[in-house]
Amino acid sequence: MQITITVNGEPRTAEAEPRTLLVHFLRDNLGMKGTHWGCDTSNCGACVVLVDGEPVKSCTMLAAMAEGHEVRTVEGLERDGHLDPVQQGFMEEHGLQCGFCTPGMMLTARALLDSNPNPTDDEIRVAISGQICRCTGYKNIIKSVRWAAEHGEEVTA
Amino acid sequence: MQVPAPFDYARASSVDEAIALLERLGPEARLVAGGHSLLPMMKLRLATPEHLIDINPLESELNYIREEGGLVRIGALTRHRDVLASEVLARHYPIVREAEELIADPPVRNRGTVGGALCQADPSEDLSAVFAALGAVTVIRGSGGERVVTMEDFHEGPYETAVGDAEMLVEVRVPIREHGGSAYEKVKRRTGDWATAASGVALWLDGANVGAAGIALSAVNPTGIRSTRAEQALIGRPPSEEAFAEAAALAAEDCNPATDQRGPADYKRHLAQELTHRALRRAAERALAS
Repeated sequence: MQITITVNGEPRTAEAEPRTLLVHFLRDNLGMKGTHWGCDTSNCGACVVLVDGEPVKSCTMLAAMAEGHEVRTVEGLERDGHLDPVQQGFMEEHGLQCGFCTPGMMLTARALLDSNPNPTDDEIRVAISGQICRCTGYKNIIKSVRWAAEHGEEVTA
Repeated sequence: MQVPAPFDYARASSVDEAIALLERLGPEARLVAGGHSLLPMMKLRLATPEHLIDINPLESELNYIREEGGLVRIGALTRHRDVLASEVLARHYPIVREAEELIADPPVRNRGTVGGALCQADPSEDLSAVFAALGAVTVIRGSGGERVVTMEDFHEGPYETAVGDAEMLVEVRVPIREHGGSAYEKVKRRTGDWATAASGVALWLDGANVGAAGIALSAVNPTGIRSTRAEQALIGRPPSEEAFAEAAALAAEDCNPATDQRGPADYKRHLAQELTHRALRRAAERALAS
């Protein structure tokens, strides 16, 4: 079937089987490898993307279900050559080591800050609680999100 | 790579159309909403529907939480995140938010639905116990109309519900009653895991005594989620530690847990007792303060 999804603001169309999961549609049909594919069982959260602004595990959503919806991936964080404050925060606070969980973590952080610009550490912990970092960099991830919350405006200015 | 076996995909644009599609496509057709129970089953080939009917376009028709006529009505396509955020539900039934905070994780709650959770009827699922404790009923619709089924009759057993082949769950109705309190207690191994054991409790006071009680356990019974003897042990008595201990012991005695990777049966039975006792204590505090 033909599937059209708005990805990072642009309508993208590809032919795919109905059983195609959103993560594979993004990576294989559209060639966007920024979204990582991890456990396949909606546990690890490496595949998190935003659907209509909400974090979703793209290994447990059919691409067909995203038709007519807005998907935002890690490729859509940087805008006009400027890093998103969340990306800058992960650099400043060493929020990643191997980088496998990072795209999903950053998208969840973006969604959190969009709805709650000044979250507490506990609110950050709850927001990322469905995503696993196996370098155990949770503390630095929380510091990175805090950095983005505190510096958001000056980076985007 | 885990992907489902091939299937034909259809999108329903109304409840009536979804039911018409179920009738036309037959028993090998399944509805899919959030997909967080069905798609994992399909990846493992534990479910191999030939037709999948996507009901996500029915948000405007089936995603709602409304207080009216002495009831709170919850649409089947209401997402877990909406249930968690609902002030109406939190005000009337604290048990609901307590359970939702412990269901899966935030991205899963953004997709998973009330109807999907109840229809999956996983023995370790939380909302079936929550709604059974609250005395809720389900509304099942087919081409011939609607029927109302109590939560305990709806939940027939592991992965079995009262919903027929060409029917769909459309609503859960929770009665609003005065002088009540409720609570949920759950033990799980880590965030996102299913319950090792959980207990949902609701109490309603009639003067100084317990007038009505709902006790329903999760993850410790293959079938039958309500603990009727434990409920009966409370009625007509003041809410006291002695009564709670007796009811919790009966709930543990009547449950039937299985030994599995989440723990031995004895441990789960111990949890059933302790969690029921704690939930009764907190539900009673809330009922007395109401």
